[in-house]
Amino acid sequence: MKDETRTQNPPRAGENLVLFDTLLRLGDDSLILGQRLSEWCGHAPSVEVDLSLANMGLDLIGQATHFLGAAGAAEGRGRDGDALAFRRDVLDFRNCWLVEQPNGDFAQTMARQFLFSTWQQMLFDRLTASTDATIAAIAAKAVKEVTYHAELAAEWVVRLGDGTEESRRRMAAGLDWMWRFIPELFEMDEIATEAAERGIGTDVTLFRADYDARIAAVLAEATLEAPKDQRPIVGGRRGHHSEHLGHILAPMQFLQRTYPDATW
Amino acid sequence: MVAADHAGLRSLGKNEVVGRIRAVLEQVPDPEIPALSIVDLGIVRDVTPARVLLTPTYTGCPATLAIEAMVRIALDQSGFGDVGIETTLSPPWTTDWISAEGRAKLKAYGIAPPVPAGTRAVECPQCGSTATEEVSRFGSTPCKAQWRCRDCLEPFDLFKCH
Repeated sequence: MKDETRTQNPPRAGENLVLFDTLLRLGDDSLILGQRLSEWCGHAPSVEVDLSLANMGLDLIGQATHFLGAAGAAEGRGRDGDALAFRRDVLDFRNCWLVEQPNGDFAQTMARQFLFSTWQQMLFDRLTASTDATIAAIAAKAVKEVTYHAELAAEWVVRLGDGTEESRRRMAAGLDWMWRFIPELFEMDEIATEAAERGIGTDVTLFRADYDARIAAVLAEATLEAPKDQRPIVGGRRGHHSEHLGHILAPMQFLQRTYPDATW
Repeated sequence: MVAADHAGLRSLGKNEVVGRIRAVLEQVPDPEIPALSIVDLGIVRDVTPARVLLTPTYTGCPATLAIEAMVRIALDQSGFGDVGIETTLSPPWTTDWISAEGRAKLKAYGIAPPVPAGTRAVECPQCGSTATEEVSRFGSTPCKAQWRCRDCLEPFDLFKCH
């Protein structure tokens, strides 16, 4: 069976499709990583780390609230941010593969955070100039928080990489796991290209070299070698996800699916 | 709280109405740092007789909804039930908007006020020493970091520069 036939909300023609999809990609990245980080709550190695992970998750879920609310408005079918977060299934999610990867150990979580937040900071920096006023406002608001995430994650990459034999082994393994999902962050498909042409989005390939340089600088400080390039895995932006996403959505969406519009 | 007096309010000029609404807002505390009012915190962006414009501190700050609800109640109880509440993200809130009075209140409450980016000399709100160090980049709320004083040995919150 073709994926398209199973998708509840197949792409539609029209001007807002590009805006809708752009907002979903931004919102879903934040939502899924925010949900992933919340899994650490009460389990982190120390109370300070627990606070960091929960607070970063909170920032990300705040971003998702804004992006998905705007996506619902762009779509114009009466769905709000909650409906988009809680009543879509795996194939309708537009997040990248990196954010849905398992937490693993603390080093793996920080490797993922480092690669993602560094990219998100550079992306939001550029989106502050978006021709869409809502995207520009959310990006300008969130970029300060994301800068903090990127700094914190980079500090942990250095601390664990240039730490004990055990912490170094774990950080290297975490980076090795996450490395293959970097190319997807810089993919320009039809939607991304049109969004960039219209000024809603931005051409992510333009900051690939800067990104690589920043990652390399932190790895050098951490005395770690960059993992070998592996076969890239892409497809999240078109709804093709790893087996992990369904397991993230199950606990996240259970209540709203069982008791739609429940209030208390 | 003043009982609603719509007839009385109607006879007031625009500036006077705005002044009274501001006075009501000055009585609304930040739910997570009750020593500060939302005016001290700098999140009241604009006031007209028709609406109050608020801005969130952090994107994911869970107090945002609580603040809106508290403002609604305060306005209703003071006879400003017709005054609407709007929120805006742009331009983004910064800790530069915390008033001088707000900074003094933070310090008296035991929270070090935000210091400009790059400044590492954070003054201990208990003893005034600058022999202080960061314990954790995040604290009990998104807007604070955990610090401690090497002189008086007390831990304290630092309001992060944002």
